[in-house]
Amino acid sequence: MTERDSKAWRNDAYAKVTGKAKYTDDLKFSNLLHAAPVYSDFVHAKIESVITEDAENYPGVVRVLTARDVPGANRCGQIVQDHRIFADDKIRYHGDVVAMVVAETRDIAIRASRLVRVDATPLPAVLDPERAMEADTVLVHTKHGSNILNTHKIRRGNVEQGFREAAFVIEEKFQTQFVEHAYLETEVAVCVPRADGVIEVYGSMQHPFSTRRFTSACLGVALSEIEVVGVPMGGGFGGKDDTAAIVCARTALAAKLLNRPVKMMYRRDWSIRESYKRHPYRIYYKMGVTRDGKISAMQCRIIADAGAYCSVTPWVTWRSTVQCCGPYQVENVQCDTFGVYTNNVVTGAMRGFGSPQINFAMEQMVEIAAGKAGLSGIEFRRRNMVRQGSLTITGQRLDGHKVAMEQVLEAVLGEMDYEAKLARCSFGKPDCDEWYGIGLAMSYRGVSLGAEGVDFCAAIINAQADGSILLETGIHENGQGSESALMLICARELGVDISRIRYRRASTSNIPDSGTTVASRGTIMGGGAVTLAAQELKHKIAAALCGKLHCRAEEVRFKDNYILGKTNKISFDEAMQAMFQSQQFPYAFGVFKAPRVTWDEHTGQGDAYFTWVYGCQAVELTVNKKTGKVKLLKAAAAHDVGKAINPEMVKGQFFGGMAMGTGFGLHEEIKLKDGKITNLNFNTYRIPRAMDMPEMKAILIENPDPVSPSGAKSIGEPANEIMAPAIANAIYHATGRRHFSPPIRVAVAAEEAPEEECGA
Amino acid sequence: MKLHINGKEVEVARELAEKLLVEFLREDLDLTGVKNACGIGACGACTILIDNEPLKICLMQVKDVEGRRVLTIEGMAAPDGTLHPLQQAFVEAGAIQCGFCTPGMVLTAHALLLQNPLATREEIRKAINGNLCRCTGYQQIIDAIQKAASHYQLPHEIAAAAN
Repeated sequence: MTERDSKAWRNDAYAKVTGKAKYTDDLKFSNLLHAAPVYSDFVHAKIESVITEDAENYPGVVRVLTARDVPGANRCGQIVQDHRIFADDKIRYHGDVVAMVVAETRDIAIRASRLVRVDATPLPAVLDPERAMEADTVLVHTKHGSNILNTHKIRRGNVEQGFREAAFVIEEKFQTQFVEHAYLETEVAVCVPRADGVIEVYGSMQHPFSTRRFTSACLGVALSEIEVVGVPMGGGFGGKDDTAAIVCARTALAAKLLNRPVKMMYRRDWSIRESYKRHPYRIYYKMGVTRDGKISAMQCRIIADAGAYCSVTPWVTWRSTVQCCGPYQVENVQCDTFGVYTNNVVTGAMRGFGSPQINFAMEQMVEIAAGKAGLSGIEFRRRNMVRQGSLTITGQRLDGHKVAMEQVLEAVLGEMDYEAKLARCSFGKPDCDEWYGIGLAMSYRGVSLGAEGVDFCAAIINAQADGSILLETGIHENGQGSESALMLICARELGVDISRIRYRRASTSNIPDSGTTVASRGTIMGGGAVTLAAQELKHKIAAALCGKLHCRAEEVRFKDNYILGKTNKISFDEAMQAMFQSQQFPYAFGVFKAPRVTWDEHTGQGDAYFTWVYGCQAVELTVNKKTGKVKLLKAAAAHDVGKAINPEMVKGQFFGGMAMGTGFGLHEEIKLKDGKITNLNFNTYRIPRAMDMPEMKAILIENPDPVSPSGAKSIGEPANEIMAPAIANAIYHATGRRHFSPPIRVAVAAEEAPEEECGA
Repeated sequence: MKLHINGKEVEVARELAEKLLVEFLREDLDLTGVKNACGIGACGACTILIDNEPLKICLMQVKDVEGRRVLTIEGMAAPDGTLHPLQQAFVEAGAIQCGFCTPGMVLTAHALLLQNPLATREEIRKAINGNLCRCTGYQQIIDAIQKAASHYQLPHEIAAAAN
C-alpha cells in the first residue's frame, strides 16, 4: 500500500463522486408498492378508533394498516418497549403514526393518507419536563406510574463539606434545545418478500441488528426470517436508530401481508416530525471553588426531556451523569439526573449522546469560576483537569492509556496563539462596532458504550484461493468511512495491498449481531475485531506453511504481499493456493470484546468506560454590536484519536463535528408550539452552510491505546461535543456577556435585531 | 420534445412535460445521482447544471429544460469512467463522506470553476452556500475545489482556444 492510499482512501469514493452509488431510494424493484405514514393532529389523546374506510376505497390504494394488523409486537424499543409501530391506546406526540397507506404509487398513498380519520379524546398535553415530574401531572405512560422515566446519580465524597471548604460558590442554570440530526437522506425502506419466506430489508438505518429485532418482533417471526441488507446511507449521526428501524418494520409488515415489494420513502417534513431529536436539557450546576482555584464540590441536577417514548434516554442520561463535571477532578460530587416523559417529540441518540449539553454548561462554569478566582481559564483548567493516574468523579483511575489532556490543550493553544489573542478580546468595549473574542473548551469522553451495554463485535476475513480477500464486520457504513478504515486495518495487519480486499455487502444474515454503529465505536470495536481476525488468519497460515518456509510457525512474517520465512518467501497468492491444496481454509473469525467495566447504580461509582479520549477545541470570532451577528474566523481542534487509521477521513470527522457543534451553538433549534414542530424543513431549520464555517485546523494526536488491538480510539463524537461551549466562551470574551441557552442569540437593541436568514 | 442530457439528445414524450424533472431523471432515465432531499429547493442535493448554471431542480418540470443543455453528475466522468479532475480532487481531498450532497456539490463547483478558475476560498464558500452538507463541515470540499481549479481554463485561454 502506498502512502497515498492511506491518506484519503475510501472504497466507495468512486461510486459516490460519479453518482453511481445506489442509496435505498435509487434501487429499482419490479411490482413495487408505495407506502405513506398517517399522522393525526393530536399531541396527547386517547384513541377511540382509527377510521380507514375512505382511504381504503380510494382508487389505487391496496391496503391501510393500523395497530390491529400487527401480528407480532406493536411495541418496541431498545430498552423499554414503549414505542408503537402504530399508535394503539393513545397518541403521545404529534409524530405518532396511526396508520400506513399502501398504494400503487407514492402519490396515491399520500393523497389517500389524508382520508384516514382519527376519533380520539384529547388529554392535557405534558410539555414541560419539570412540570411533568410533579405528582399531579397527567401521565404520558400510565402503566409506568410516573413521568420520570429514569434516574441516575453520583454520590462521591461530601458535597456539604466541599462547599464549606470553598472560598466562593457559583450557581448557574443552563437550558438546551431540541436538535435535529438533519441527515440529508430521509428515512426510507424497501422490503422484499423472498420466495423462501424471508423478508429482505433495504433501508437507511445505522443499526441493522435492532432493525432486524424490531421487524421480526413486529411481524412475529424469527430473526432468521428477516435479512437486513447494507445499502449506502446518506448520514445518520445517531439519528437512524429507533425511528429508522420502525420505518423498516412497518414497510416489512406491508410487504409480508401483501406479498409484494413495498417502499416507504419519507418526505422531509415527515422525517422531522416523527424522528427523534437530541434531548433538551435543564442543567442546574453549583460549584464550590477553594482559594487556590480548585473545584471543591459540584452539585448537579440534570433534567432531560425524553419526549413521548423511552428510546435510549437512560443510556444518554447515564453518559451525561458520568461526564457531568467535564474532564476535571472533583472529590465531592452530588449529581441527580432525570429522564422525563413528555408529549414532546421523542428524543434519543444524537452525536455526542448526552455530552454536548453538559459540556456547554461545564465549560462555561469553569471559565466563570476562573474569572472569580482571578485566574485565566487555562490556568484554572490546568489546576483541575485530569492527568495520568487521576481519579474520575466515578472513582475510575485513569491509567493503562495515555491521559492526553495537557497534550491536546497545548496543541490548540499553540495553533491558535491563544493566550496572545485572549489579551486582545473586546469584552464588550463600548467604542467599537465589532467585538473580537477567542474561546476554547475541552472534554474527555468515555469510549464506546460503557457500563450500560453489551459491547462486542465480530469480523470475518475470508481469503480466496487466488489471494483476494473478502472482509466483513458487524459495523455499519453510515457514511463515515468505516468500511474503508476496517479494510486499511486488515491490509496493514496482513501486510497486503488494499486492492486485494473487498468489503462484503453487509447483511444481518452473514455476521453475528455486533450491536449498533453508534458511540464512536466503529473503528475501535470493528478495528479490534478485524485485527484479531487477521492475527488468527496469520496463525493459521503460518502453521500450514511453515514447513514450506523452513522455519517455525512463530517465525513467519507477513509483509508486502509476501509471507516470509527465515531464508525464503512465498507470495500471498501462492500461499493461499497452497492453503486450499492442503485442504485448509484461510478463513478467520475475530471477536473483540470490550474490556470489563463496572457501575454501581446506588453510588454512581465505577470504572465506567474501558478507555477515554481527550480533546480541545478553540475558535475566534467577531460579534457585530449592532446586529448581534457572530462571524467565526478560525477554529482549531486537537483530539487524541489513539491511532489515525485513515488520516483524511479522521480530519473529516473533526471538521464535520465542529460544523455540527457550530449548529448546536449558534443556529439550530427544533421549535415546538403546543407540542407541534413548526420548522419542518431546511428553509426554517437552519444547519450550518459553507459561509457559516471558518477555516478549520485539525490536529491529530496519536497515542495508540493499549486496550485497542488496532491502537485506534474514537473521534466522531468527541469532535462534536465542545465546539458550542468554545463559541460561548469566545462570545463572552467578545461581548462580556454569558449565554446560557443555545442557540446563542447575542442580544441587541430590539429594532436592530436580525432575522435569522433561511433558505439559499 | 427534445432534451439534451449529458451530451446526448433524448426524445421525451409530451405527456411527461409536466413531470417533476428530478423524478423524470431518476425514474425514467435512471440518473439517480441527483437526489431529492427536501423537495422545496432548500438543500441543494438536487442541483444539476442547466446551460452550465447550477440549479436546484426539485420544483422544476421536464418542459423547463426543453432545448437546454443539462449536465448531471453521470455526465462528469469520461465515457471510459475516468474521473473528471474535479471529481478526482474530491476523492483525494477526503471531501466525500455519506456522499448524498456530493453530486450537487461537484456540479455547483464545476459551474463556478468554468466561470472563475481563480476563485478564492471565500468565493468558493459563497458559490456552494446553497448546497448543504451535514458530514464534512465543508473544509475538505473547499480544499478539493481549490485543488481542481488549475485544470480549468482561464477566460482568456477559452477565448484564445475559440479563435
